[in-house]
Amino acid sequence: MRLKLEKRPEPSLLMLVAAPVASVLLTMIIGVVVFDLIGIKGAKAVMDIFLTPILSPVKWQDVAAKAAPLIIIALGLSVGNRAQVWNIGAEGQYVIGALAAAGVGIAAGASGGPDVLLLMIAAGMIGGAAWGGIPALLRTRFNVNEILSSLMLTYVALQVLGFMVGGPWKDPNGRNFPATAPLADNQTLPIIVPGTTIHLGVAVAVILPFVFWILMSRSVFGFQIRVVGSAPNAARHGGFDAGRTIWLAMLIGGGMAGLAGSLEFSGMLHKIDLGFPSGYGFTAIIVSFLGRLNPIGCLVAGIVMAVTYVGGQMAQTSVHIPNSTAGIFQAMMLFFILASDILVRYRVRLLPSAKTVGAGE
Amino acid sequence: MSPEYIIAAIVTIVGLTTPILLAGLGELVVEKSGVLNLGVEGMMLVGAISGFGVTVLTFSPWLGVLGAAAGGAVASMLFAVLVLQLNSNQVATGLALTIFGTGLSSLLGLSFTGRIIVPFLSVFPDALAKNPIGRLIFGYSPIVYFALIMVPAVYWFLKSTRAGLILRAVGENDHSAHSIGYSVVMVRYAAIAFGGAMAGIGGAYFSMVITPMWAEKMTAGRGWIALALVVFAGWRTGRLLAGAYFFGFLMWLELFAKANGFGTTLPFLQVIPSQFWAAMPYVMTIVALTIISARGTAGSNAPACLGRPFLPST
Repeated sequence: MRLKLEKRPEPSLLMLVAAPVASVLLTMIIGVVVFDLIGIKGAKAVMDIFLTPILSPVKWQDVAAKAAPLIIIALGLSVGNRAQVWNIGAEGQYVIGALAAAGVGIAAGASGGPDVLLLMIAAGMIGGAAWGGIPALLRTRFNVNEILSSLMLTYVALQVLGFMVGGPWKDPNGRNFPATAPLADNQTLPIIVPGTTIHLGVAVAVILPFVFWILMSRSVFGFQIRVVGSAPNAARHGGFDAGRTIWLAMLIGGGMAGLAGSLEFSGMLHKIDLGFPSGYGFTAIIVSFLGRLNPIGCLVAGIVMAVTYVGGQMAQTSVHIPNSTAGIFQAMMLFFILASDILVRYRVRLLPSAKTVGAGE
Repeated sequence: MSPEYIIAAIVTIVGLTTPILLAGLGELVVEKSGVLNLGVEGMMLVGAISGFGVTVLTFSPWLGVLGAAAGGAVASMLFAVLVLQLNSNQVATGLALTIFGTGLSSLLGLSFTGRIIVPFLSVFPDALAKNPIGRLIFGYSPIVYFALIMVPAVYWFLKSTRAGLILRAVGENDHSAHSIGYSVVMVRYAAIAFGGAMAGIGGAYFSMVITPMWAEKMTAGRGWIALALVVFAGWRTGRLLAGAYFFGFLMWLELFAKANGFGTTLPFLQVIPSQFWAAMPYVMTIVALTIISARGTAGSNAPACLGRPFLPST
């Protein structure tokens, strides 16, 4: 017997929804088993990482704060991924977006209010889009692989951040610590749930998936992105310009990452230091895949991923495992979802062994 | 600058270069087979803890290095199964491997935190390694010489052996290689395992030589520099060696600018911040990649199938 893969005419809808759910469940089960094997209370660890943040309302604000940037970045990346444009530099675009917002804040001096905040956020989007535009330019002009260029630019962005917060923008009252001065109250995003850290950016992260969903399913642009991704040859014959798709994908990906960076800065952290880039841009790539490149899927996946972040911190104190252990679970979820992709797109058939069919593997 | 100072600087640069040279050589072979594995940083971390752990348990750094290679290779197999067997997206899978390796190494490292080993340094007699000139030649960890030996070995393998030719064919045109009877998947498995082993040893250089103890995320992003290095070298082994030492020199400049500044020795460099040097490898990689790409694929050493899944049309 051997396995044969048969392409499904349409992706299986059942598998499309079942696969992410199954991935999360499998990850939890394997987590319990493996942790028990290495002498850590597996059930307790998995419970803390996946369920405790959901079951304890005091943790909801932390989940919301962590989910917001992941969702916003993942939305933008999903557009590119759908069109087979691989922007993996969202982390850098996020950083440049936050820096652009900080620049506006500093330039505004003591003035604040809604118009300054809007300017900061617009600057963040433009900054992120500009950083994402570099790989687009290099790809369309010189055929440079955008995976490699966007990745490299992330590490350039981190150094730009290090230079700005340690040099020109260093807080003069900050005891020589490399960080920008904290934003004045009139330059921070309003808190929408009194008594919590839930800021306006969280609301943006809840609304945007629906905007993207309409954009992707109902507009010519969304149609173009889907066609370019699923049938590049048809797209070319249909007159869709490949170069324009690359530009749009990178600008939207970068713009959303920049938006997330400026919201995180103005709504959550209120200053930029060397710890500002916390890997959201990379984790958002996982979110986008876990959410099946679907805007509503990104919303759900962003929350799941945020839960594991918060849960990882809780497990650190309850079962004494390092914070980054949550990464094992995040990666496992992605491994399973990627592995299950094949069940969505293909049907697995068992065939009698065919030794005469030449050299296969 | 005194001669002692220059010798010390060269020794430091060799130390900075060795991990990225090892990981870069491994990734070069992987990419030559047509696979882009972005999990280098994760495999280095798994190698770092495996090498350290085995050394602690067996008291043998040689076994430690073997353990590091095994650890990196095992981690890479996770990526290989997904990418080769299930045709998953290479970019996403590679990133997941880095996140996985970071978490796994932290978890495995729990029981080794605070342990110290004898650093795996020069095995030559003191008489040779102690005087300044001798130190330049004999003063390094065996891992350094291993990295240097692997450069011609990989060059010879890719250029002059039958297996190397097949590997390059698979990376250049997987369908043709498949149709004349080579197993694309098996070749890529072997390449990915080699890449994992080399990244593992590169990671172990941190935990066994530089700081002979374990710390979370101790490879500090060098896996990404190794990835840049392969591209910067234009997928050529010889240039990879030169590029690795050039990047090592840039990393040394960064450390130097951070630590003492150039004020007294090279005043004209004083105005350049340390972050400039840290960003240089990446900026130069983008420039090099742009030049390579603008020239077109003809005559380029970039493997044509890089990053594309292989789906045999049956």
